[in-house]
Amino acid sequence: MAIEVRIPTILRSYTGGAKVVEGAGDTLGDLLADLDSRHAGLRGRLVTEAGALHRFVNVYVNDEDVRFLGALDAKLNDGDSVTILPAVAGGAFGFAAAAAIAAQVSQRAALAAR
Amino acid sequence: MLSIDRSIVDAIVAHARRDHPDEACGVVAGPAGSDTPTRHIPMDNAARSMTFYEFDSMEQLRVWREMDDRDEEPVVIYHSHTATEAYPSRTDISFAGEPGAHYLLVSTREPDTEEIRSFRIVDGVVTEEPVRIVDAGVDPHAVQSYMFGQSPATVDYECSGR
Repeated sequence: MAIEVRIPTILRSYTGGAKVVEGAGDTLGDLLADLDSRHAGLRGRLVTEAGALHRFVNVYVNDEDVRFLGALDAKLNDGDSVTILPAVAGGAFGFAAAAAIAAQVSQRAALAAR
Repeated sequence: MLSIDRSIVDAIVAHARRDHPDEACGVVAGPAGSDTPTRHIPMDNAARSMTFYEFDSMEQLRVWREMDDRDEEPVVIYHSHTATEAYPSRTDISFAGEPGAHYLLVSTREPDTEEIRSFRIVDGVVTEEPVRIVDAGVDPHAVQSYMFGQSPATVDYECSGR
C-alpha cells in the first residue's frame, strides 16, 4: 500500500533531501513507524516521547488536518497523500507559553513512563 | 540581510495596526531560491490573541500548496508584538520551522512609530540581520538600510535570559 508523503524543508535532512517519499500503513502512526525504518529520526521530530503528535507540526491526510481525524489513529488508504508542514505560531507571551508547553510535554512523558 | 520593497513593509505595518491589540501574522512569498519577497499574504491569527499567534492550519495548507504550485517559498514570515519589543520570544524560537525564512517582527507598542526587525532562526539560534527597505516605485537604486536595536547579532537563546 503506497502513500505519498510530502516532507517540509526542515525535515529533508532525514530523507536525503527528498521532497516526497512513499510509505505504508493503516494509520498515520503505522505510516510514521514505516517511514522511520528507512528515514531514522523522522518519527521523533513528529511524535513526542509521550506518543502524541507534536505541537510544532501540522499533518494533513489529503485535505484534512489529522487533528480532526484522530491524530496518529487517523485511518489511511492506498493512494492517500500525507502532507507535513511546520506549524507557524509564536507570540510575545513567550516564556510562560513555552514553559506551559514544556510542562505539558514532560507531564505526559512522566505518565507514559509509569 | 533582508531586502524588501517599501510597499510590502507598508502593507505589513498596516495589517499589524489593523489587528492591534491582537497579534497579526502572515507571509511574503517569493520565487524559490531568489531570497526576494514579492507576494504579501496576510494570514488569519487563529489564536486571536494579544500574546499569541497561530496560522489557521487549513489556510496554511492552502497557501503552502499555492506557493508550491507557483514555485515559490515563504521568504518572510512575519508577526507583530503589540506590547513588547520586536524580538523573538522563546515560543517564536521553539516554533520556528522554516530555516530559510526571514522572521520579521513588527512592534506596534508605540502608536506613532513602528519597530521592524528581522531574524534568522535556525536550530534554536537567533541571528538578527539588517533590513534594507527598497523604494522600487521611486528609484531602484535609492535604498535605506536599518539595523534596529542594540542586541548582539547572534544570541544563543538558552543563555539569553529572555
